[in-house]
Amino acid sequence: MYNSGKIIAGLAVFFILATLPFLLNLGKANAKIEPSIDTPEINAMPVKHCVEPKAFMRSEHMQLLNTWRDEVVRNGNRIYVGSDGNEYGISLQNGCMKCHSNKKEFCDKCHNYMAVVPYCWSCHIAPKENKS
Amino acid sequence: MKTVLPFIAVVILMLLPLFGVTVAHQTQVFFGVIVPYAAVAVFVLGFIYRVVQWGKSPVPFCIPTTCGQQKSLPWIKQDKLENPVTTMQVVGRMFLEVLFFRSLFRNMKTEMKEGKAVYGSEKLLWLAGLAFHWSFLFIFVRHYRFFVQDVPAVIKMMEGADSFFQIGAPLFYMTDAVILGAVTFLLVRRVYLPQIRYISLAADFFPLFLILGIAITGILMRYFFKVHIVGVKQLAMGLVSLNPIIPQGIGAIFYVHLFLISILLMYFPFSKLMHMGGVFLSPTRNMANDSRIVRYINPWNYPVHVHTYEEYEDEFREKMKKAGLPVEKE
Repeated sequence: MYNSGKIIAGLAVFFILATLPFLLNLGKANAKIEPSIDTPEINAMPVKHCVEPKAFMRSEHMQLLNTWRDEVVRNGNRIYVGSDGNEYGISLQNGCMKCHSNKKEFCDKCHNYMAVVPYCWSCHIAPKENKS
Repeated sequence: MKTVLPFIAVVILMLLPLFGVTVAHQTQVFFGVIVPYAAVAVFVLGFIYRVVQWGKSPVPFCIPTTCGQQKSLPWIKQDKLENPVTTMQVVGRMFLEVLFFRSLFRNMKTEMKEGKAVYGSEKLLWLAGLAFHWSFLFIFVRHYRFFVQDVPAVIKMMEGADSFFQIGAPLFYMTDAVILGAVTFLLVRRVYLPQIRYISLAADFFPLFLILGIAITGILMRYFFKVHIVGVKQLAMGLVSLNPIIPQGIGAIFYVHLFLISILLMYFPFSKLMHMGGVFLSPTRNMANDSRIVRYINPWNYPVHVHTYEEYEDEFREKMKKAGLPVEKE
């Protein structure tokens, strides 16, 4: 091979870059990520349910919250009719966070894992939690 | 045909995992674990193989293409980037070439106007190429959030910059729009311009359709048909930590996205996409124009048997003397 020094150095850089995800996770275990719904408010519910089914909330909650914000701020509409026909009050701090009072174990669990930084709390006041 | 066939190929490649995963759940292991591992192996080994093959080919002549003043007498100003003579100048030239496509910036177009050939600058291809490659790189690096447990601040900053306008939820990424626009431009250019269409092959259209498919499935997955994103990261982390798992309920479109990327990785070493490695091995770019300073020896040269005049005279001196021919040594 001609210019083997330079070519091998270049290939070494390529190899490290191409396999970087594998190198970074050598011998590391895959963390199990499950948001906790263990709060007094939820435990007191006879039938545990959110405003929409779990699968919908899991993938669509950001869009739902975004629509809710626009509904409240622009149209003043604070009532949401869920797909089960029940009416729910639209409020992040007094609605969502009343049941899910464990922001660290609920919201942050997945958001931190996925490196998502929602900008809810740049306007809303995040619930105070005991640092544990 | 050279346009339609690659398109049909990409559609079939999209339908395979879609049907596989929705009809038979067992195929999730195939599309989610086996194919991605095979793809990474083929990509890395194939890439190294191709570069080594190139490294084995000799470069017989010193052939940098230059378009600036060569290093000459001291009072003549040398164009260091267009006509490099030192390694550092070559590095500078390569840097601009690889990151900003400097030679493509000089792209010209020729048109017949009133019976005359008219030459003009053509920057659109350069701009679209740059937009495409940079947004692809940005998107590629951004995806590292799926491959590391604690995402580094750099990746978060890139994401923040990319979703700077805070449109919708999940936040809209600018690079998603840029890559779609740029790939569409590159595709339309090959179909619309007769000269370009004439020289385009199926191997030109296939990667374009493939990358378009990857971008579209990615965009659909993020903004429209949501997938179980935490499950996606768990699958990705399982792959890279060599403990593959298949979380349930991810959504079929993710497997389409993953399968297309696996195809791209496997196709990469055997296609024109190898220009990623090839740009560094282009003799017209990576050589210094120092052929008047350093002697360049063709690696093909083999020892030639020469018979010098002295040896000739030694051999025939007596006969030459007898014939009355002049000799240099008595």
